Amino acid sequence: MIEFNNVTKIYKKTFTAVKNINLKIDKGEFIFIVGKSGAGKSTLIKLLLREISPTEGIITYNNQDINKIRKRSVSEYRRHIGFIFQDYRLLPKMTVYENIAFAMEMICCQAKSIRREVPLVLSMVGLSDKAKYYPDELSGGEQQRVAIARAVINKPETVIADEPTGNLDVETSKEIMKILAEVNRRGTTVIMATHDREIVNHYHRRVVELKKGIIIRDVKAGGYSYESEED
Amino acid sequence: MNPKKISYIFRQAFKSMWRNRMMGFASIGSVSAVLIILGFVLILVLNVNNMALVAKETFDQIAVYIVEGTEEEQIKDMGKAFREIDGVMGVAYQTKDYALERVKEDWGEDAVYLQDLRNNPFPNTYIVQLSDVSKSDEVIAKLETFEGVDRVRYYQDAVNTLIKLSDFVRKFGAGIIIVLLLISVFIISNTIKITVLSRQREIELMQYIGATNGYVRGPFILEGIMLGVFGSVMAILLIMLGYNYIIDYLAGRYVALISGMSGYLVGVEMVIDDLIIIFMTIGIGIGMLGSLVSLKKFLSI
Repeated sequence: MIEFNNVTKIYKKTFTAVKNINLKIDKGEFIFIVGKSGAGKSTLIKLLLREISPTEGIITYNNQDINKIRKRSVSEYRRHIGFIFQDYRLLPKMTVYENIAFAMEMICCQAKSIRREVPLVLSMVGLSDKAKYYPDELSGGEQQRVAIARAVINKPETVIADEPTGNLDVETSKEIMKILAEVNRRGTTVIMATHDREIVNHYHRRVVELKKGIIIRDVKAGGYSYESEED
Repeated sequence: MNPKKISYIFRQAFKSMWRNRMMGFASIGSVSAVLIILGFVLILVLNVNNMALVAKETFDQIAVYIVEGTEEEQIKDMGKAFREIDGVMGVAYQTKDYALERVKEDWGEDAVYLQDLRNNPFPNTYIVQLSDVSKSDEVIAKLETFEGVDRVRYYQDAVNTLIKLSDFVRKFGAGIIIVLLLISVFIISNTIKITVLSRQREIELMQYIGATNGYVRGPFILEGIMLGVFGSVMAILLIMLGYNYIIDYLAGRYVALISGMSGYLVGVEMVIDDLIIIFMTIGIGIGMLGSLVSLKKFLSI
C-alpha cells in the first residue's frame, strides 16, 4: 500500500536526512520505526505526510505517486492518514467531544453522523465519561487517547503515530498501545515511530530501524536492536 | 459550499475579529482613510472636469473689440466680413451702451459707483460664435487683420488652464491613492497575520487532518473582506456628511467664490451611487488582498 522507492532527502543541499530508503508497508500492518533522534524517523513521517518532498526517489500510496498530487488535492490525500503527535495537540478551548467533532466537521459530515460517531470512538478509547472535559483537565494519557480518537474518527486507512508515548510513563504507555493495537486489529495500518525499547520488545511486530538516515534493519517480528542498546 | 461550512467560516471570522479588535479598528480606519481621500480626489477631479467642460461651452465665442470712434458703416461691413470667415457660425453686435447696462444689472446695488463715470469705458463689441472650436486660432488670426479691430479676446487660455489643472489633480490624486492603497493592504495583511499566528496550532492541525482550503483559508479571507467592507461603509458615511459640510463651510466663508462656481459644482447626491460601488469594490479588494498576502506567507504545510 505504501512504498518508498530509493528515497533520499537532503536538507539545504548539505544535510542528508534519509538516504536510499526502500520500504514497503502492506495494508493492515503494524510497524515500528525505531532509531535515535536524528536518525531520520521524523523525516520519513514528514515525507509520507507530504509535508516535504524527497530530493530523490518516489513514494507511492495505493500506487499513486504522492508527490504528483496537486497542491489543492493534498488535503484529500491526508484524509487517508490519521496522525498522532507526541504532544497531543488538542485545541485547549474545546472540550474532548468538540476536539473530536472538529476533525469530522473539517472533512465533511452531517451533524447527525457526528453525534453518532463521536460517542462510539470515545467509548473505544475509554473516555465516554470525559466528553465534556477540557484538555487541561485531563492527564497526559487521557489527552493522548483523545488525540487517538481524533485521528481515527474519520476512519483513515493508515494511522501514523510519532512518539505517541514519548511523554508518558510506562503504565500509561501500555494503555495507549492497547488502543493502537485495537485500532490495528480493526484493519487500520499503524506506523509508529518510537524509541521506547520496552514497548517494541513487548509487542513483537515488524521493526524498521534507522541509523543516520539509512535503514539498517527491517525484521518481521523483532525487538529493539542491539545497536541501540549501546546507548 | 454547504451551509455548515459557511457558518463555520463566519463564526471563526467574527471570533477572531473580536479577539483582535484593536488591530481590526486600525485596519478599518486605514481603509476608510484611504477611501475618504480617494473619494475627495474623485469629487475634486469630477468638479474640475465639470468646470472645464462648462467653461468650454460657455467660452466658445470670441469677443472682438472695435476701436473707439469707428464709423457705423464700417462696423456693419466688418460684421458682414466676419460672417464670411470659415469656422464662424454667427456674429452678434453689442453696443458699448448695452455692455454698460449689463454690467449695471450684474452689479445691482453696487452699480451706484458707475454713475460717476464720465465716459462709457466699454468698447463696441462683436461676439463671434465659433462653429468649430478647433479652428479658433485661424479665426482669431483673420479677425486681427481687420482695420478697426482693437483687440480680440478669447477665453481658450482659461479653458486650457482648467483642463491642465484637472489633469494634474487626476495624476497627483492617482499617485496618492496608489500609495495609500499599498499601505492599507500592508496594514490589513498585518492584522490577518496576527490572527493566523494566534491560530497557528489550529491551522496546522487542520492541515494534518486534511481540511479543505475553504475551511483553512475561508475565515481569514472573510475577516479581511469584512474589515474592508466596514472601512468602506465608514468612508461612505463620512463622505456624505463631510462633503456637504465642506460646501457649507466654503459657502459661508467665500460666498463670492461659491456663487460664481455653484454652476460647476457637482453635488454629493450625484456621485454617491458611484462612490458606493467604487468604495465597496476597493474595500473588498484591499481586504482580500491583505488576507491572501499574509496567508501565502504563513500557511505552508
